[in-house]
Amino acid sequence: MADIAFLLLIFFLVTTEIAIDEGINVVLPPWTNEPPPPIETNNRNTLIVNLNARDQLQVEEELTDVRMLRDLTKQFINNNGVDPHQSDNPQVAVVSFKGDRGTSYDMYIQVYNELRGAYNDLRDEAAKRKFGKEFTELTDTTKINEIKDMYPIRISEAEPSEFGAGTK
Amino acid sequence: MPSFVKKPRQAPGINTASLPDIVFILLFFFMVATRMRETDIKVKQVLPQATEMEKLEKKDLLSYIYIGAPEKRYQKELGTAPRLQLNDQLADVEDIAVFVEAEKEKMPDENRAKIIMALKVDKEVNVGIISDVKTELRKANALKLTYITNKRMEEN
Repeated sequence: MADIAFLLLIFFLVTTEIAIDEGINVVLPPWTNEPPPPIETNNRNTLIVNLNARDQLQVEEELTDVRMLRDLTKQFINNNGVDPHQSDNPQVAVVSFKGDRGTSYDMYIQVYNELRGAYNDLRDEAAKRKFGKEFTELTDTTKINEIKDMYPIRISEAEPSEFGAGTK
Repeated sequence: MPSFVKKPRQAPGINTASLPDIVFILLFFFMVATRMRETDIKVKQVLPQATEMEKLEKKDLLSYIYIGAPEKRYQKELGTAPRLQLNDQLADVEDIAVFVEAEKEKMPDENRAKIIMALKVDKEVNVGIISDVKTELRKANALKLTYITNKRMEEN
């Protein structure tokens, strides 16, 4: 009987997965009373991503599908001065993301997810090229920091506009 | 001469001597594996799906903020507008500063600066309230946050 009990115990131990929450980590900028510096919209090093209250996505003032966003962002960050309308290099490239108070949280997360995904993809590619491993598999902190310095995550979030504040 | 009349035979009883052991093992198993639900969640929680999240293994650093419309059974008294829930109570955006302080108070000193606010937000909530929450968190100097999402299975 004891054998069966142990068998059951081991079976449960192996098969049970204890739920760990997963989340997209964000670090907020510290609070200041001064208004944030205005975003230079004509700057080649800024990618403007806007979401309106109807969950429509605009990238550089063009309506875009969310599925295209990741590739557009990657192109923009990794341009390295080739295209005169896109960034000089990944260190100065900034993604400026702005929603509306009426945007749904679902859409907001989809967009944020793609922006983060673009950075994660680039980091993975760089890590594979240099060390033959994916970025998340690296364990050496100097290597991790090297990749992080190559592609620093620079997503700046502006206060959402208020056009859709009254809806819903 | 042997008798052919069969005596009614009694079925042997099951030996229950080890039953307590089994029960104890099961008990221990469930004690270890079960995660206690500390709070009764009063707001709707259908989380959005994403792909780029990280596992949050340092549970002691997490403090949860739930946002969503009140559940059906609470709607009569609370209405349908999205609300915040901090611990067990429904709260307003202004209560966050006090909440953050209280949560930091519960932690050992060396962890206080590392506090991570975990936002569990219903899909249908608007970004406005989240922006207000983020502003309050910045004022309260709790700058690390994480949007809890479910894993999306890729179609391709």
